[in-house]
Amino acid sequence: MNIYADAQGDLAIFGNDPIGVILLKVVGIFAIMVLMTLLTIWAERRVVGRMQMRIGPNRVGPFGLLQSLMDGIKLALKEEIIPKGVHIAVYCIAPVISATTAFLTFAVIPLGPEVSIFGHVTPLQLTDFPVSVLYVLAIASIGIYGIVLAGWASGSTYPLLGGLRSSAQMISYEIAMGLSFVAVFMYAQSMSTSQIVAGQEHLWYIVLLLPSFVIYTIAMVGETNRAPFDLPEAEGELVGGFHTEYSSLKFALFFLAEYVNMVTVSAMATTLFLGGWRAPYPISMWASANTGWWPMLWFFAKVFVFLFVFIWLRGTLPRMRYDQFMKFGWKVLIPVSLVWIMIVGAARQLKSDESVPTRTLLIVAAILLVIGVGISYIFELRAQKRADIEQAREELEASTEFDPFAGGFPVPPMPGQTPQASRRIPVTLASSPVTGEEQ
Amino acid sequence: MNGESVVFWITAIFAVVGALGMIVSRKAVHSALWVAFAMVNLAVLYFTLQAPFLATTQIVVYTGAVMMLFLFVLMIVGVDSSDSLIETLKGQRLLATFFGLAFGGLLLSAIASTVALRNNGLDVANGDYGGNIQGIAHLIFNRYLLAFEVTSALLITAALGAMVLAHRERWTPRKTQIELSRERTHTSQVTPLPNPGVLARHNAVDTPALLPDGSPSQASLPQQFRETAQNDDASKEVTS
Repeated sequence: MNIYADAQGDLAIFGNDPIGVILLKVVGIFAIMVLMTLLTIWAERRVVGRMQMRIGPNRVGPFGLLQSLMDGIKLALKEEIIPKGVHIAVYCIAPVISATTAFLTFAVIPLGPEVSIFGHVTPLQLTDFPVSVLYVLAIASIGIYGIVLAGWASGSTYPLLGGLRSSAQMISYEIAMGLSFVAVFMYAQSMSTSQIVAGQEHLWYIVLLLPSFVIYTIAMVGETNRAPFDLPEAEGELVGGFHTEYSSLKFALFFLAEYVNMVTVSAMATTLFLGGWRAPYPISMWASANTGWWPMLWFFAKVFVFLFVFIWLRGTLPRMRYDQFMKFGWKVLIPVSLVWIMIVGAARQLKSDESVPTRTLLIVAAILLVIGVGISYIFELRAQKRADIEQAREELEASTEFDPFAGGFPVPPMPGQTPQASRRIPVTLASSPVTGEEQ
Repeated sequence: MNGESVVFWITAIFAVVGALGMIVSRKAVHSALWVAFAMVNLAVLYFTLQAPFLATTQIVVYTGAVMMLFLFVLMIVGVDSSDSLIETLKGQRLLATFFGLAFGGLLLSAIASTVALRNNGLDVANGDYGGNIQGIAHLIFNRYLLAFEVTSALLITAALGAMVLAHRERWTPRKTQIELSRERTHTSQVTPLPNPGVLARHNAVDTPALLPDGSPSQASLPQQFRETAQNDDASKEVTS
């Protein structure tokens, strides 16, 4: 009865904690997640405020820090409106699924190395097992149910559309996300989070596997339904999306889930690509930077960098169109990650295989390069052809004379046409002979 | 009573409840939810049986992808669509009973063989390649490679088949965003149509908006309230 029995080496340190330490870790993680949510909401409002030349909340508590707490209390005490047409059981379960699954993921995130809690030496991580990164994916896929069911159970059109959009979006981006993990698995030779962090002792995977990191970062924004990919709750087209019909505490649970998910995907990005709890370069020169409780500080600093990027994106980018977004996921992200995995796999295999001489490798690489250049040349030709047609059309438009009063209204020139001098007759207060002289 | 049996009795009961709920539910979406519930409980059982890889793939693939697609289809079909009680497939009850019993027999014989025959146990199986996942990888990519590849080819064929069935041939090239905007700016109405009742005395849906020169705009009305040529003739007759 030991799930860790088949694990190699390091994983043996998990699963021997006394019940008190386990409870402490569980409560600690829960408290951290709630605190991070409050902090992130506050930071979001302040940072977006700064980006829009405002101040943001600054009244409740120092720097307005208690604003999100007060808002949360207000939200929970509001009247709960349950519309008539809802499927009541599913309607009530949906926000609970969303919120609980959001918290579950953090169980496998390593926050630090082994520390001593009340004299008991234990890693700063609730648990770990040989497939913990896949566990994160699994929990995320259950979390989608919350949103989809909320959309369906509301018994109304906009939430249903929001729910459908979100299920399609999250399933598609989960594929890209899963593929971006594969290269990390190949380098770490493990799927457990603590061993992936251990594998980045000398070099972070963001350096080795930059394309994977970029794909993961894009996919994680899509996965958390955040701007510019917040199509399931696009207020311009779907009112509020899946949570249109929710109010009070149930709405608060969705809100909470969104922010906890943001923290979780940021923590995963930190763990997989930014060395987890390991200190960044200049600090890592200090001998005890990676021991004791210090690593928790580095870890949360990195997580906050990601959270800032989330907020920054929201403050900067307009929302994408839905079909373009899906096209981007299926036709760009997934093929690019597949090709990248092929390259990484081939490179690792060749590196470990001594029998293939370097010369053969170089010849093969040269042939591949020539083929690649040839294909891109064909694409270039086609693009050129299209541009020519476009230019011909614009020239045709330009050749037609510009009529500033086409259809009886003043109109601007078409592309390529040059505007002429205004035909407006100068208005003067004096009678006409003066104007005539001036002209 | 150790931890494993506690977990077993909880999740086993839940899984059976989920399976029964799936059969008993009247709504298709509720059935799908019960199946998802049963699957998650099975995944927890796999965890306690020291098959973490199987457990996570069970959730990712079955709960996360397959059941989600089922839900997707059910939601597109409609929230309130009623079940059809007419059986369109001839003799499906008989066939279903036969295949159900056959499948049950197959399962029973497989379980009986693992109980009756001597087996080496989990430690030996996992120990050969240094772990559960490594063992599975070895089996899939060595011994069962052909079956694995054939299965994946089958799945891809099915996906392609679905795409071919759903495919619709385009007769005209798709308009690009540039072309669409160009077409729009070349019509007389570039801006959105005015709302009914704008600047008029009433804001009722059949009251046309007034244009800046005071004339009513028929374009502001929904199609069924517009004065068509026929209506024009009729109104002329009435007024004259």
